Amino acid sequence: MKDKGKIIVGLVIFVAVFTFPFWYNHGAATQAPEPELTEKAKKADKCVEETAYMRKEHMQILDEWRDTVVRDGKRLYVNASGKEYMASLSNTCIDCHSNKEKFCDKCHDYASVDPYCWDCHTYPEEKE
Amino acid sequence: MNVSYLYSLLAVIVLGLIAYAGAVVGLEALFGIVIPYLAVLVFFVGFVNKVLDWAKAPVPFRITTTCGQQKTLDWIKPSPIDNPTTTVGVIIRMLLEILLFRSLFRNTRVEFKGEKISYKWVLWLWLFAIMFHYSFFVVVIRHLRFFVEPVPFFISALETVDGMLQIGLPGLFISGATLLGGATLLLLRRILLPKINYISRAADYFPLFLIIGIALTGILMRYFIKVDVVKVKELTMGLASFHPGIPEDGVSALFYVHLFFVSLLVAYIPFSKLMHMGGIFLSPTRNLANNNRMKRHINPWNPKVKIHTYEEYEEDFREKMKEADIPVEKE
Ligand code: HEC
Ligand code: HEC
Ligand code: HEC
Repeated sequence: MKDKGKIIVGLVIFVAVFTFPFWYNHGAATQAPEPELTEKAKKADKCVEETAYMRKEHMQILDEWRDTVVRDGKRLYVNASGKEYMASLSNTCIDCHSNKEKFCDKCHDYASVDPYCWDCHTYPEEKE
Repeated sequence: MNVSYLYSLLAVIVLGLIAYAGAVVGLEALFGIVIPYLAVLVFFVGFVNKVLDWAKAPVPFRITTTCGQQKTLDWIKPSPIDNPTTTVGVIIRMLLEILLFRSLFRNTRVEFKGEKISYKWVLWLWLFAIMFHYSFFVVVIRHLRFFVEPVPFFISALETVDGMLQIGLPGLFISGATLLGGATLLLLRRILLPKINYISRAADYFPLFLIIGIALTGILMRYFIKVDVVKVKELTMGLASFHPGIPEDGVSALFYVHLFFVSLLVAYIPFSKLMHMGGIFLSPTRNLANNNRMKRHINPWNPKVKIHTYEEYEEDFREKMKEADIPVEKE
């Protein structure tokens, strides 16, 4: 084919586009997020469920809470070890994790998730 | 019935089990670092090599598939996109082909209606194909969130649009469901339609099963058998920034199956029908203007032929021709 020039240009564009992650990060190592605990959370020492479980399943718990509260009117949640919690996003999670920006958002920014919950639910302004 | 799909299904299951077993016995570094890097290398080298190989193939003549009236006399209406004679026409034709799968859109099925033959316009293949390819595209773009830090705007915007149904938590991504659905429909088409089944081989089924495997493991990890997404991103960011590492616990064997499937798919592209990804740009039946009657295309490997034109012939025999009363062009 006498279009070799065009094909080479096409290949260069292909390689440039498909290697996007490699040049976008330009080889800089990134730090995994370390969510900070508030004094209150530190004192409580334990989350609603086991930490490893929370890391993977906290959205599932919130989904469950939302359904049981809004649909069934049940506001009590009993965790695996029998401890009782009020099933509430702002009054339970954000009571311990009142530092939303330094806790929830640290992970969420890293994983590029932007929960729409805060359109309606509230969280306290960060105070130093 | 042609059951070659069973070989492909078996191959994908065995490959998945290999990755699963590998992750369980502690070969995370092999399946999480070595194989993905090798796959990416094979992909780029293989892809470029294949395209350069195609670029070397001579195309001495325009072999455009014509799907409309060629440009001809002024009072006959030409079809400038389906039978393009200009570069602009070709570019529009290529865009419609690549972005909208125009040739699939024209798919017809031949059937006997009693004594008569009928050609029916059949859109299913086009519909499944569009659904599958665009879902795949969105899924790939979305996955960039695991390979870049900070995550650029266009990726988060796409996630918002893709998750607009706001079903469940983590919110359902439409593209994940349509990818699995599209691939499954394309697979069923090959298995259930007798004529398509007859011409399908293991190499036609393998990529479909592999993609279904990828979609299934991905959906499982997001909605059902959770992995720690932050840990997963640690691993993938390590790969993308050339600081590879395997995070301690939290990343399940299922993730390594997913990653292994993706590595296989990526490495398999240059050697398979999946290379149509690059090939579509280079199909001489689509990317050439049909100007065979306007421009002379000379075959580059034609031998030099000694020719004797009519003018030269007349020059040689003019006097004799005049004597025999044969008309001549030049007196
Ligand atoms: C009683 C206080 C308390 C409440 C209520 C609480 N947490 Fe926690 N949470 C903690 C503590 C303490 C930890 C850290 C545990 C540890 O370090 O092992 C934690 C850890 C976590 C983690 C893991 C963070 C990490 O660094 O691995 C997530 C995610 C989390 N919580 C989300 C939630 C969500 C969502 C809710 C509401 C459903 C909630 N928490 C309610 C105290 C609480
Ligand atoms: C359109 C506004 C809106 C959005 C968006 C929204 N919620 Fe709610 N949510 C409500 C309302 C209203 C209630 C009922 C409050 C009540 O009865 O106490 C509620 C109740 C809840 C409850 C139980 C009650 C409580 O105090 O928290 C949970 C848990 C919850 N939502 C979680 C979520 C999560 C998680 C998200 C994001 C994925 C979310 N919600 C998004 C409006 C919203
Ligand atoms: C250890 C890191 C981490 C922490 C801390 C954390 N999250 Fe998450 N969260 C995630 C990840 C990762 C996802 C996305 C999972 C996915 O994409 O499959 C997520 C998803 C969610 C979602 C679902 C969003 C959607 O649209 O799909 C909600 C709601 C949510 N988190 C609420 C919270 C709240 C509230 C807190 C703070 C109390 C919190 N998370 C703290 C990591 C974290």
